[in-house]
Amino acid sequence: MKLPGKLSLNAIFLPFLGVLLCIGGWALISGKSVTKTTTKDDGWGDMITVTETKRVGLSADLPAPSETWVASKPYIVEPFAKRGELDQGILRFTWLSLKLVVQGYLLALLIGTPIGFLLGLSRNFTLAFDPIIQILRPVSPLAWLPLGMVMFSGLKIADASGRTAFGTSDAAALFTIAICAMWPTVLNTAVGVRAVPQDYLNVAKVLKLSRFKTLTKILIPSSLPYMFTGFRLSLGIAWLVIVAVEMLIGKPGIGGFLWQQYNANSFAHIILSIITIGLIGFILDRLMSLAESRFRTA
Amino acid sequence: MPLLQLTSASKSFSGHSILRDIDLTVEEGDFVSIIGYSGTGKTTLISLLAGLLKPTTGQAMMEGKPITGPGPERGIVFQNYSLLPWLTVEENIHLAVDQVFPEKSAAERKEHVATYIDMVKLTHASTKLPKELSGGMRQRVSVARALAMQPRVLLLDEPLSALDALTRATLQDEISDIWLKTRTTVIWVTNDPDEAILLADRVIPLLPKKDGATLGAAMSVPIERPRERREIDQDPIFKKLRHDLVSTLLSARKQQEASSVTRKLAVPDILPEDLTVIDTVKRSARSGPLRRSQLQKEEFKITVP
Repeated sequence: MKLPGKLSLNAIFLPFLGVLLCIGGWALISGKSVTKTTTKDDGWGDMITVTETKRVGLSADLPAPSETWVASKPYIVEPFAKRGELDQGILRFTWLSLKLVVQGYLLALLIGTPIGFLLGLSRNFTLAFDPIIQILRPVSPLAWLPLGMVMFSGLKIADASGRTAFGTSDAAALFTIAICAMWPTVLNTAVGVRAVPQDYLNVAKVLKLSRFKTLTKILIPSSLPYMFTGFRLSLGIAWLVIVAVEMLIGKPGIGGFLWQQYNANSFAHIILSIITIGLIGFILDRLMSLAESRFRTA
Repeated sequence: MPLLQLTSASKSFSGHSILRDIDLTVEEGDFVSIIGYSGTGKTTLISLLAGLLKPTTGQAMMEGKPITGPGPERGIVFQNYSLLPWLTVEENIHLAVDQVFPEKSAAERKEHVATYIDMVKLTHASTKLPKELSGGMRQRVSVARALAMQPRVLLLDEPLSALDALTRATLQDEISDIWLKTRTTVIWVTNDPDEAILLADRVIPLLPKKDGATLGAAMSVPIERPRERREIDQDPIFKKLRHDLVSTLLSARKQQEASSVTRKLAVPDILPEDLTVIDTVKRSARSGPLRRSQLQKEEFKITVP
């Protein structure tokens, strides 16, 4: 009876300890501002007071946890504020990024799932396209984005007031997210379709199910758990890619914010962005796991 | 014209012969049981009848026409139930009924499904998923699904082998009762002699041979139905049949073993050298590796089927 209580205490206490240790390590290596006031001869016989602010520490420019908190506070306490195009609350930035991710992700699923089914069903299709998939799969989002810009150059869909609603960079961003995120869906769907037990296919044969019915009644339900694993991994990658994409095209969003703050020398906000990106990624993964476990069949 | 027929059929997989010279004729209304050891090709035989496999040589025919593929007129019950785990009991049977009777109205099909669920006494579990059912209940669903297609012939591939003895006995009785009512043609594959004699009109042993199994002489079971499980093992006809069946199967196995070749195998007999002995004089004086045969005479006998 004692053990579960002890375990659950550890389960709460140890994560806190871990976080504290990391913050401690961060505080140790980060720099701090030191203000030195000296009085010296200015070379003309007058004594002047000079105030110098210098950062010292192992990594002098890395903001300390306390500095990060102070600098980030306005973004956290007013998470939905909009002070300007590139100065918005952190959750507002996150929302902008999430919108783009969801669009790209859905595109990835729409393209990836049918390709996965074709790979799983047809040996010839696999022979024809598997090599090219294996080659394209490891290509970084940083490499796809310029290609997307080239592919969709000149694209411009204007809204009613004549401003660009959907331009080259939007298309390139969606393209990059979709093409990077679709591979886990493609491969897991293919594995899932190949793993459909022969017994179920025999049922389809005996009942003389049509191709379409075999797909909807047997293949899709049977491979759904595999597909969902693919969907979860794809969402993770889509979220990973968004930062790189936003950095490159300079769209407002969590990644764009990070890059802009780096250029503006406000390093504390980089840390704020990283923590936010990590947390959101974690939450997305948990949500997908929940959905995944609901679709698991016997 | 016989309902199902195999004429001098054989089946081999990548040159390895599983079945050969199979001649089987099943008439409408027959209850045939095919009995054999596990691994002799019973599933292959039933797959030939079902159309899931094509005979390498010879022919499989239904009502005089060659069997080209599986179809709902030949209902199959597999040993591992093969129910779709994402569908409830009702939906599993509904899928089959919808497919086989598209001309019926939705209400009629629902009625039809309910009838067959009731026939296997699972009305209380009709909305459950297969994983919520015991093995025996799952197999009853599988039987109901096959019967609901109203097949001309029901093929059962060791349907009760995965169940415990008590459940098996209950299901044997239930299926026997259902058969008395429906009189569908049944081909029942099993590895249990008691089961075969208890249920079937005709028992055919599948005998393992060196180059593929063949069917032995059929034995008809002239025991009146309904057969009473508790009394049947006292029945002299049952005892004699059982004895004949078991001895046929045993002698077939013995012959197979006797006809298999015994070969001597030369196993490499170099002994490992003991490197912990640091005796340079002894080592430099040796003439070659030490062989096991120098220590003692040894022979390995292996049996190749």
